Amino acid sequence: MLTLLFFETVHQLKLFARRPAAIFFVMVMPALLLVIFTEIFGNEEIAGQGITTAQLHTPTLAVFGAVMAAYTYLAIATATARDLGVLKRLRATPLPPLTDIAARIAAAGLIAIAAAAVVMACGMLLYSVLLQPEKLPAAILSLIVGILCFAALGMAVAALCRTAEAAQALANATILAVAFISDVFVRPQGRIPPWIDRMADVFPLKHLSLAFSDGFKPLLNGNGFAFAGDEATYAVGQPLLVMVLWGLGGAVVAYALFRWGRQ
Amino acid sequence: MSLIVVRNLRKSYGALVALDGISFDVERGETFALIGPDGAGKTTTLEILEGYRKRDAGDVLVGGLDPGLRSPRLYRGIGIVLQETALEPELTVKETVRGFSRYYPQALSVDRVLDFVALRRLERQRVAALSVGQKRRLEIALAVIGDPEVLLLDEPTAGLDPEARRNLWRVIAALNGEGKTILLSSSDMAEVEALAGRLAILLDGRILASGRPHELQRALGPEPTVELHLGGEALPRLFPQTLRAIARFERGWVRLECRDPGPVAYELLLWAVRNQYDLSSLTIARPSLEALYLKATRRDEQEAAC
Repeated sequence: MLTLLFFETVHQLKLFARRPAAIFFVMVMPALLLVIFTEIFGNEEIAGQGITTAQLHTPTLAVFGAVMAAYTYLAIATATARDLGVLKRLRATPLPPLTDIAARIAAAGLIAIAAAAVVMACGMLLYSVLLQPEKLPAAILSLIVGILCFAALGMAVAALCRTAEAAQALANATILAVAFISDVFVRPQGRIPPWIDRMADVFPLKHLSLAFSDGFKPLLNGNGFAFAGDEATYAVGQPLLVMVLWGLGGAVVAYALFRWGRQ
Repeated sequence: MSLIVVRNLRKSYGALVALDGISFDVERGETFALIGPDGAGKTTTLEILEGYRKRDAGDVLVGGLDPGLRSPRLYRGIGIVLQETALEPELTVKETVRGFSRYYPQALSVDRVLDFVALRRLERQRVAALSVGQKRRLEIALAVIGDPEVLLLDEPTAGLDPEARRNLWRVIAALNGEGKTILLSSSDMAEVEALAGRLAILLDGRILASGRPHELQRALGPEPTVELHLGGEALPRLFPQTLRAIARFERGWVRLECRDPGPVAYELLLWAVRNQYDLSSLTIARPSLEALYLKATRRDEQEAAC
């Protein structure tokens, strides 16, 4: 059972490695955005935060890369396998359906961690981004919970869409819109209309982005393992709760609506 | 012993009756064919046997198991080829088969199976680069890799060119030779005659006739035909009165349908020799199963159109 899960995960990783477009959007583009943003905005210290632009953007773009893998790629790859008839064909083998789905999620999760690592490595090597060791465990936990949350939402997208084309459109449209309002790409200091901020609070991406990137801010107090902090404290509890709720919601939708065959 | 049993199987999609109570058995080691035009219910039947679709009524057993329960034991014992190709284009031939071999407790050797379907030479080729016929053979490899007793093949040769089709026939015949029990669907009578020991003609969700090819030929009907080319525009005035009742004349040919062709041919011969007709075109033949099948399905379409 575990051996099969391992081989199926490797199988899914192999498929990803042979899809150049997917590699570009998941592995290359987020790091490219980091370079472009830092070169355009300059790597100055942000007033009052004690960090550089790159120190701020590197973790949020790492989150973006992870979400591109766990959400967008998983949704498209799963819907593509369904379009090809592969999911249906596998249901007539002894491979348990749960192992099949678990392997797809495990592979997307590993790709997500790799995508985040690529952006973090670029930030550290090119722009001297610093890790905060005492905050790292909470940041990594947030990233992993966030990846699972977005994987569940990615499966929900695959379940909601009849074709891979539709899944691609829905996944990309939602993630880009939410990323822009969630300060993942740029953070115009204090110039965001409050209603946009409040809307972004509803979606899980801003919570994931903050929970992870606050772990790289030296001026915040604490190691993050607290439910809710104030302006000066790092706390991942509340963001984790929001992500878990979205993840459960996504899992319920995916479980209820998922179809194995072409439609 | 029957490895596949179907009794009074019914299935409707809304108001459309796809299967209107069909029954058949497939014996161990036999190749059985379901033949019929598109929409006759072949894929519905196979997908019920494969556990993909639920039946409305009737009994179905595959290897003694109810496929509606979708048990892992069922899927260890059957190998399938779906009507539409279902392969990952990014994988190589060998990776595809090796991947499937991990699902089965008693999988055959990947090399042996690739040899069997004549794809060993292409084992490093990406699936995307294979021809339609090669993809079909690869899917046969996936169907047999788990060494199943029963193979369910849904129009395996549809869309293949004649050579690829014959290659696939050889593979399917060899599988039957290895003792596999095969149920295949087809819309091509030549294919069914080449591969199947028994067949059932499926039309509008009903079995029109079933049995061995020669039995079907007798059951379906028309009698043997005596044919002779006479030329001319119509039956000659002197044509024997006794034969006129059963004679049809078309473009210079006279055709006589009769249960017992002996006396009819004798009388025709006597008359033709006496009147110095050329006898080189004389034939006595039973219509092919193909002709009977086409006639049967066409007749039904005509009735439906009325």
